[in-house]
Amino acid sequence: MASFQTALNDRLASVIGRGGRGFDGWSLAAVAVAAILAAPILVILGHVFVPAGDIWAHLASTVLPRYVFNTLWLFVGVGAGTLVIGVGCAWLVTMCRFPGAGVFEWALLLPFAVPAYVLAYAYTGMFEFAGPVQTWMREAFGWGPHDYWFPEIRSLGGAVAMMSLVLYPYVYLLSRAAFLEQSVCVLEVSRTLGSGPWRSFATVALPLARPGIVAGLSLALMETLNDFGTVDYFAVDTFTTGIYRTWLGLGEAAAAAQLAAILLLFVFSLVIIERWSRRRMRFHHTSNRYRRLPGYRLTGARACGAFAACVSPILLGFVLPGAALLAWSIETAEEVIDARFLGFAFNSFALATLTSVAAVGVAVVLVYGTRRRQSTLITASVRVAGMGYAVPGAVIAVGILLVSSQIDNTIDGWLRATLGVSSGLIFTGTVAGIVFAYLVRFLAISLNTVEASLSKIAPNMDAAARTLGHRPGSMLRRVHAPLMWGSLLTAATLVFVDVMKELPATIIMRPFNFDTLAIRAYQLASDEQLAEASPAALGIVLVGIVPVILLSLAIARSRPGSSAGPSTGPSTGPNHG
Amino acid sequence: MAEPAPRTGLQVEAVSHRFGERAVVDDVSFSVAPGEIFCLLGPSGCGKTTLLRLIAGLETLQHGRVVINDRVMADTTGIDVPPENRPMSLLFQDFALFPHMTALQNVAFGLKALDPGTRRERSLEVLGQVGMLGHAERYPHELSGGEQQRIALARARAPRPRVMMLDEPFSNLDVSLRSQLRDLVLHVIKRTTASSVIVTHDPEEAMFMGDRIAVMRDGRILQQGPPEELYDRPLNAFVAELFSDVNRIRGVVRNGRVETALGDVAANEFADGTEVEALVRPDSLILGPVEEGGASGTVLAARMLGESSLVHLGVAQGADVEDLHLHVRIPSRSRPREGNTVGITLDTDRVFVFPAPEC
Repeated sequence: MASFQTALNDRLASVIGRGGRGFDGWSLAAVAVAAILAAPILVILGHVFVPAGDIWAHLASTVLPRYVFNTLWLFVGVGAGTLVIGVGCAWLVTMCRFPGAGVFEWALLLPFAVPAYVLAYAYTGMFEFAGPVQTWMREAFGWGPHDYWFPEIRSLGGAVAMMSLVLYPYVYLLSRAAFLEQSVCVLEVSRTLGSGPWRSFATVALPLARPGIVAGLSLALMETLNDFGTVDYFAVDTFTTGIYRTWLGLGEAAAAAQLAAILLLFVFSLVIIERWSRRRMRFHHTSNRYRRLPGYRLTGARACGAFAACVSPILLGFVLPGAALLAWSIETAEEVIDARFLGFAFNSFALATLTSVAAVGVAVVLVYGTRRRQSTLITASVRVAGMGYAVPGAVIAVGILLVSSQIDNTIDGWLRATLGVSSGLIFTGTVAGIVFAYLVRFLAISLNTVEASLSKIAPNMDAAARTLGHRPGSMLRRVHAPLMWGSLLTAATLVFVDVMKELPATIIMRPFNFDTLAIRAYQLASDEQLAEASPAALGIVLVGIVPVILLSLAIARSRPGSSAGPSTGPSTGPNHG
Repeated sequence: MAEPAPRTGLQVEAVSHRFGERAVVDDVSFSVAPGEIFCLLGPSGCGKTTLLRLIAGLETLQHGRVVINDRVMADTTGIDVPPENRPMSLLFQDFALFPHMTALQNVAFGLKALDPGTRRERSLEVLGQVGMLGHAERYPHELSGGEQQRIALARARAPRPRVMMLDEPFSNLDVSLRSQLRDLVLHVIKRTTASSVIVTHDPEEAMFMGDRIAVMRDGRILQQGPPEELYDRPLNAFVAELFSDVNRIRGVVRNGRVETALGDVAANEFADGTEVEALVRPDSLILGPVEEGGASGTVLAARMLGESSLVHLGVAQGADVEDLHLHVRIPSRSRPREGNTVGITLDTDRVFVFPAPEC
């Protein structure tokens, strides 16, 4: 009798086979693309061993302790904030019935549309000394400038609040999915064994959902590490701002790279935690029987409390800042929205379009490469190519700039020597360079979406098309393209929006005099012209609503009890530069 | 094993195929005449599916030759007709229907050479043959498993292929649906002049469907021929055991005969002193009254199985040897009572003697 092992081999071999006859060389392309995309990160890691000289000792004795201290406090603060808001709201909307719960289910995602730095500008505008809130308080109570205490929004605590308000949806989304996936039976068993709702939550539901919660939390913390705009504006020194200052202010490339390498250590530990918790998630289905969650019916004060708990993050993270931005935009629109402004919008739009087309194209090549031949080398290459989602934009930018000038000079020199023409700068301070940086960071988004969509096309479907007389080209056009079109569009949209919002890599890598909406908002805000920054910021928020709508639709489509919810993680969510 | 090759139909000649170190298909040859149904029977992992994919051109041929209607499809001289240009079609185990096309569009997919009017006409005709005319505008996800199977059959049949191959066509269906669809598929493909190849691991299905059957194991064809031949004259114990439960009786060859508890059996060409095993099908044993000098056994259990009954017998083989346990299938419902002793006669024409397996 053939053993199970040989049967398995046979099955695998027949699946792999030559199924993709006509796509030769794609596997090679996959490895090459992965190598190129991994290069900036490897460059950073390689610089750990380059002696940085005195500057390193200087950094270590002056700013480094502050970077570590601030980064750790951001971790703790944002971690706690996103956990309380995310898990609390997820539990309320999935397990309790109270007025508005159905709307909150998707509305709680709205803060996803607001980048942290935009929220920071809005709140500073509202709460600073000359802002409407303090002015009103002084007028209403007749206080002088020093008669009262008011929290300083531009502080470490403020940064924690801003990031918690826009990053909690990661935790909310994944813990909501985890709660939905839990069989009602285990909760009912818990109730019949004499545990009250609170005890059931703490002893059964929460531990079961823990892997989902941890995965959401690590994604939120990755975005915290990536943030540049908020901490820069609030003058909270972290690794991201440190890298920026060491690179552009001090001109110390090696030291900036080493700061980036330390930051990567934080990132890798988060990636490991996320992967580990996601792997464990699969084993947490205790029963396959699902029913509509019964829900605790809340009334009176409890219903009001639940309502308030869910409405506050939406008000604070979206409605209030959105309204402020809208008001200031109306006020300043006439002078701000001119030909230059439209030029910035066009630049943003062009970069985002270029990147999303490139990201989807590269993802298609990689995914077809893995489909054609499932070697460990190719699978590993694709994983490496997708790692960038965890790496802060500033780190990627420094990694690229460290080598791009050398590469540019090499190519230019070679072309001059052989063909007698000059290529000029290809990557340094060019649109090509910045699109490449975006690709490194956002490829995972398109990769996940395209991969999920192609995996739904069974390999036998290819064989069926071929044996029915269709060439590979015709098969792609008539079978693959119509089945994948929607997903490709979704992938392109998600990348588009993230590029619109991206700040740190754009600041470091943009060509001279090439400004985008995000850059414009950053510059005006830095110049204390918050009202003038509003139209650009509002534009970014409006574009950011698109993926929130896509997510909400996906949530609406996923029936309760089905494997719950849209895929999250790197494929969704904002980029908070 | 080589038969005179007909000029038409499918010929597979000395095909071998390896995945890395492992030989998945090992020197396989067979031919299927037009209108004939040929079954490849074997356990999973024996290379049947790979063989189909080689014939279809979905795998590149490494050794041997594949010929359809006198035209070489693939050989070792570099001829390798791509799958879309081979006059054959495949019915997949998972049906592989295109989810974004209606049943009608799925069936019409292989008819791109026809003009739209003829294409529609032909598609509807084939849908009618499988009883799915009423479901022409449905999408695959709106159809049951059995209905999807019928659409897949219609799709494979629509282009009038010269060779039609079915890969485990019923394994995804539940038992009651399976027998119903088996019947339909048999009649639909019997009506064509295509050479049909059906891959299955179910011997009963192979006998139900096939004009001829090839038994495969570990990439090799062990025996091929009409079902009666495989049932009545198996070349080895594996083939013998495939089609029914068998009684195994060990013995040693003396003077060209094997002495068994049930009497002497011709030992074919085995040399004296060889340890052999006689394989006896339960329906090759005849029960009767105990006769002088004849074999007998004690009834341990007797059970009615519907169309026949199964009698379990214990036969003494001597003081030191464990009793022989035999299964006897008798056509009637009148069964011997448990505990009684009955006489046993062996149908010596249908005893298969093979070398005893090493213990």
